[in-house]
Amino acid sequence: MTTSIPSPPHQPRSSRRNFLGLVGGGALAAGLAACGSSGPKSTPGSTAGAAAGTGSTYWFLTGQPQQAIREAQVKRFNDANSGSKFKTTEFQNDAFKAKIKTAIGAGQGPTLIWGWGGGGLKAYVDAGQVEDLTDFFGQNATLKDSIFPSAFGAATVSGKVYAMAVETVTPIVLFYDKRAFEKIGAEPPQSWGDIMDLVPKFNDKGIAPFSLGGQSRWTNMMWLEFLFDRIGGSEVFQNIFEGKANGWSDPSALKALDEMQKLIKANGFIKGFSSITADSNADQALLYTGKAAMMLHGAWTYGNMKSSGKDFVTGGHLGYMNFPPVDGGKGDPSDTVGNPGQYLSISSKAGQADKDNAKKFLANNTLDDASVDAWVKSGNISVAKSSKDRLSSITDKNDSEWLNFVYDTSANAKTFAQSWDQALSPTQAETLLDNIAKLFQLSISPQQFADSMNAVIGQ
Amino acid sequence: MSGAGSSRVGRSGPVAWMVLPALAMFILFGVVPLVGVLALSFTQWDGLGPISAAGLSNWRTVLTDPALPHSVLVTFEIMILSWAVQTPMSLLLGTFLAGRQRYRAFLAVLYFIPLLLSSAAIAITYKALLDPNFGLGPGLHLGFLTQDWLGKSNLAIGVVIFIVSWQFIPFHSLIYQGGVRQIPTTMYEAASIDGAGRMRQFFSITVPQLKYTIITSSTLMVVGSLTFFDLIFVLTAGGPGDATRVLALDMYKRGFMSNQMGPASVIAVFLVLLGLALALLLRRLGGSTTASQQEGA
Repeated sequence: MTTSIPSPPHQPRSSRRNFLGLVGGGALAAGLAACGSSGPKSTPGSTAGAAAGTGSTYWFLTGQPQQAIREAQVKRFNDANSGSKFKTTEFQNDAFKAKIKTAIGAGQGPTLIWGWGGGGLKAYVDAGQVEDLTDFFGQNATLKDSIFPSAFGAATVSGKVYAMAVETVTPIVLFYDKRAFEKIGAEPPQSWGDIMDLVPKFNDKGIAPFSLGGQSRWTNMMWLEFLFDRIGGSEVFQNIFEGKANGWSDPSALKALDEMQKLIKANGFIKGFSSITADSNADQALLYTGKAAMMLHGAWTYGNMKSSGKDFVTGGHLGYMNFPPVDGGKGDPSDTVGNPGQYLSISSKAGQADKDNAKKFLANNTLDDASVDAWVKSGNISVAKSSKDRLSSITDKNDSEWLNFVYDTSANAKTFAQSWDQALSPTQAETLLDNIAKLFQLSISPQQFADSMNAVIGQ
Repeated sequence: MSGAGSSRVGRSGPVAWMVLPALAMFILFGVVPLVGVLALSFTQWDGLGPISAAGLSNWRTVLTDPALPHSVLVTFEIMILSWAVQTPMSLLLGTFLAGRQRYRAFLAVLYFIPLLLSSAAIAITYKALLDPNFGLGPGLHLGFLTQDWLGKSNLAIGVVIFIVSWQFIPFHSLIYQGGVRQIPTTMYEAASIDGAGRMRQFFSITVPQLKYTIITSSTLMVVGSLTFFDLIFVLTAGGPGDATRVLALDMYKRGFMSNQMGPASVIAVFLVLLGLALALLLRRLGGSTTASQQEGA
């Protein structure tokens, strides 16, 4: 079983779409620490109504296994509600992103809007395109309590909840090839200093220390997300996120940028990384073919490494860990970044019957037992707390260890931050990705990076 | 053929009516969006919310942004270099293919193949072939092919020019083939009698006779290269850094990734003006001396 997280070409993009789990203040503090164990009860839709809405629509992404799970959810809803069915349309990632924005802007959007929360959701909220779900969650406390609290951050804008976290939690983790470490007779890094020490050792053996799909840019960004956190703590980016002036030139930020360039200058990344894309999964291939020793990447890559990497995963060669601390850094080593979830919002332009349908779907069909089972079986941790209960049913030793690791990393994180490019507004995100690419090319200095980024803070 | 001939056609009534459908299409899908883009360039819009007037601020932002001269430079670099590669090669290939021999017809079919592929497919294929770790070079252990082709600024531009040329030389060869076939054979016969060799014939008859063909083909190349987007988007996404970020890509990124339709529209208007100016300039270059041409293309 468990072919799992198939990182289809575009999945990585979705995964970076995350948000600081910080926005909702309380949610942050609570973190995931309080994960309970009660299953997500199928709460009856509060606003039932079910007045035969014929125009209910739901657009989502293609790519297995997510696609099949989404299709099954809709089928269950449609089978149970003969009078009101959802019509679905499936898109590839990039096509979806272009199409949904245009459609919503033109008032032709679907009833259920699938997304990554964060800055993108805020744009919908500012344009008045999505329903406020705060009351919905107020009336469905059981449903609300069944979801990891940290997943609400990216769904919250100005204290109000505009989306429901559905689907999976995917933190970014440090993967490594145990065989490579055996070759040089070293242990996996326990600190940033260890990483810098390992670089020449791997290079001497002709193994690239780190694989990186640098052309995709957000792949480079994951490094900065961790370095910022480990060196200066989660508040460094939080300040930037809140639009505080000169947030990017915080001394910790500059130090992180500097450390980043030190690693690049020391040939820490595979030669030619800036022409490698994550969309083709070439970065994963470098790791499982033994050309690179380590890779910082999203949890969603596990499935592809398992299915494409021959015995890399099944033979127990894949190792993984949370990003190590930086000596003298202020960050909490349990912090992680990544995707606290994927999100569904309801269009404010939809008819009342369709809105009621959508609420019913959210309540009954997104985190029901069948869905959570399906996610866990596919090698993912669902945003439902009850994922934990399912883990014991996984018989494959490697999958079981992996899923427990992902669960623990997510649940024990003091801060589960959303990926920057998703947390920030699209304007800031694009400038950020551009400057990150230049930083990794060593064509701009940390100070220049900070200056360009400070110029767009709050835009 | 152009000058006198076409103006006579313009006056006759029924023919003018036949222009209407095309004109209507052009206005609907060419002029109307153009006016829309011009209007958008004076507004602020994220593609979702309300559109609000922004006066000249977008123009000021874009025109003072150091990224613009860079994009213009890259655009012209690719335009000029790819023109310089494509024109001589297509001219020679076209002349070669104009011969009536059977094997040349067969080769013409082979040469034509790149034109049948979509730019996106070509970009994906080349990207895979040029991959520094899993591509052709490392696969066949060819050291000189194992470069970071798309990861180094100069190499990446070179690769783009190479692929553009590879893709479009067949098309322009076809134009030249047609042009060469229109040249009256009597001219070559006369030249042979006068003792002109092959080279002399090529430079004294073929090239001058192809003047309009060259202008047509160059216009297509130059104006077309302003809109190169798909190939570069898939191949390098403008990278490494911004080394291959041409104007069209800059426009897309601003509009659809940064959600800033205003500044993106400014670049769109800029692109239209640039394209018009270049097309007019090329027309001028070949305009006046029609008399010397017996046959145009």
